[in-house]
Amino acid sequence: MQELLNPAGVAQLIENLGAAICSDSDISSTHKHELAFIGIRRRGEIVAARVADYLSRRGWPNILLGKLDITMYRDDVIGMRPITIPIGTEMNFRIDDRPVILFDDVLHTGRSVRAALDALVDFGRPRFIRLAVLIDREGREYPVRADFAGRRLQTLPESFVRVHLSPTDPADAVFLDPPAPARPLDSVGSTHGAGS
Amino acid sequence: MTSAVEQRGSAAVTAVSSAEQKTWCRPHLLGLEDLSRDEIMILLDTALALQEVSTRSIKKVPALRGKVVANLFFEDSTRTRTSFRLAAQRMSADVMDFFVATSSVSKGETLADTARNIEAMGVDAIVIRHRSSGAPHSLAKQVKCSIINAGDGSHEHPTQALLDMFTMREHFLPQGRTIADLHVAIVGDVANSRVARSNIWALTRLGAKVTLVGPTTLCPDSFAGFGVNVVHSLDDVLPHVDVVNMLRVQFERLTSAAFPSVREYSRFFGMNEQRLSRCREDVLVLHPGPMNRGLEISSAVADGPNSAILRQVSNGLAVRMAVLYLCIGAASFTSRNTPSNP
Repeated sequence: MQELLNPAGVAQLIENLGAAICSDSDISSTHKHELAFIGIRRRGEIVAARVADYLSRRGWPNILLGKLDITMYRDDVIGMRPITIPIGTEMNFRIDDRPVILFDDVLHTGRSVRAALDALVDFGRPRFIRLAVLIDREGREYPVRADFAGRRLQTLPESFVRVHLSPTDPADAVFLDPPAPARPLDSVGSTHGAGS
Repeated sequence: MTSAVEQRGSAAVTAVSSAEQKTWCRPHLLGLEDLSRDEIMILLDTALALQEVSTRSIKKVPALRGKVVANLFFEDSTRTRTSFRLAAQRMSADVMDFFVATSSVSKGETLADTARNIEAMGVDAIVIRHRSSGAPHSLAKQVKCSIINAGDGSHEHPTQALLDMFTMREHFLPQGRTIADLHVAIVGDVANSRVARSNIWALTRLGAKVTLVGPTTLCPDSFAGFGVNVVHSLDDVLPHVDVVNMLRVQFERLTSAAFPSVREYSRFFGMNEQRLSRCREDVLVLHPGPMNRGLEISSAVADGPNSAILRQVSNGLAVRMAVLYLCIGAASFTSRNTPSNP
């Protein structure tokens, strides 16, 4: 595996993501008092918590945090691969009419996000759902795009981008497996209006 | 394995575990005797993760969409059959109920033929209850679909024992106590009880201390060979246990006078308020149901603060959702990846 980012690099991506959300005038002016961040378990929940902490240090009000287990909603949950043991959803608030930002570590095929959207709407009817990811890489199979990204990467289709985040992993890092040239498409920020 | 924590009474529930590091490969759940500690923990952790589904406004997940579960009950059952039915529906499976009294079984069809015919309709799992011990094991060798044992004779009732342990875990984990820290008394008609046997296998596998209590006719000393204590005085045991699991006196399985009278049984082995006062303050009282009120358990105890009998029923739903998910999932993956079944 080739290390693309060390802990400082990952911290920069979190800041990029937080800054992108801050710069969204709709969210920062209208919705920041009602926001809920919901992370796809496990690493999306860590990204959500860290971005919420970033915003809190910049004076934003406390943001509700939820953890979403999408196991039961995946399109390959039965038959396609060995059984996945679910870990459960943790969301101690109602999402009806609430602005929601959904977090994941890597956006690749879009299948996890599709499952997450199906799971989320079983809990209620949010006012809107935006998508924030630490790394937005190419390879979409479903029509999904990120609203906010820490970094966008161009990679070979067969490559895996592996994000490590503590405490789920020993240390923060981003790896490319197998090693190959990975070129940032653009560095940071909101991807509103960008094609995918 | 990391334990799980539940938060009750909220819009959604917490479930944290490290069980995702383990794997589940069994297409059938025939009993708990052969299960490893990790497999039992996977079942309990999966049930915990699925428990919150029943707290949502939309009480359903799509995991088993397109799968078919058949309930094949050769013995009377209300809660187990309906619990399996609802569990399958919560997982989005379709459910068929076969009523033996009105089926071809009453015309002399064999169990294997009945099961093969049901399977030929495209069934993915058969949930079977049968008066003969070993019937589910026999079926598992004759059909390709998942077989889930919902009680076979006096042999095993795995989902009942799992929901018993799930309820113990739910009660004691907030105190930082795992199953291994518990002393569990199983009281009553042990000899005829499939619930007792499944509990014995699983509780001892998880490290709990188990004491069987009952008259010698219903609780023979030979059970000590299973790695449990066997005693015949309930009053001596009560002050020392964390859980009292009261078994139903199974009049339908008693072949001779196992005890002189109902009144005498109740006097020596019935759980009542006086006996409850001898227990630890936070003792958990369980009963698999249906209860013989006034015989093995008094109404005051059954409906009192130490009773978790209705929690057992609620938890049974999550446990059965987990069993169906894991077994059908494992069977589907195996079937898809077996060369003879492209």
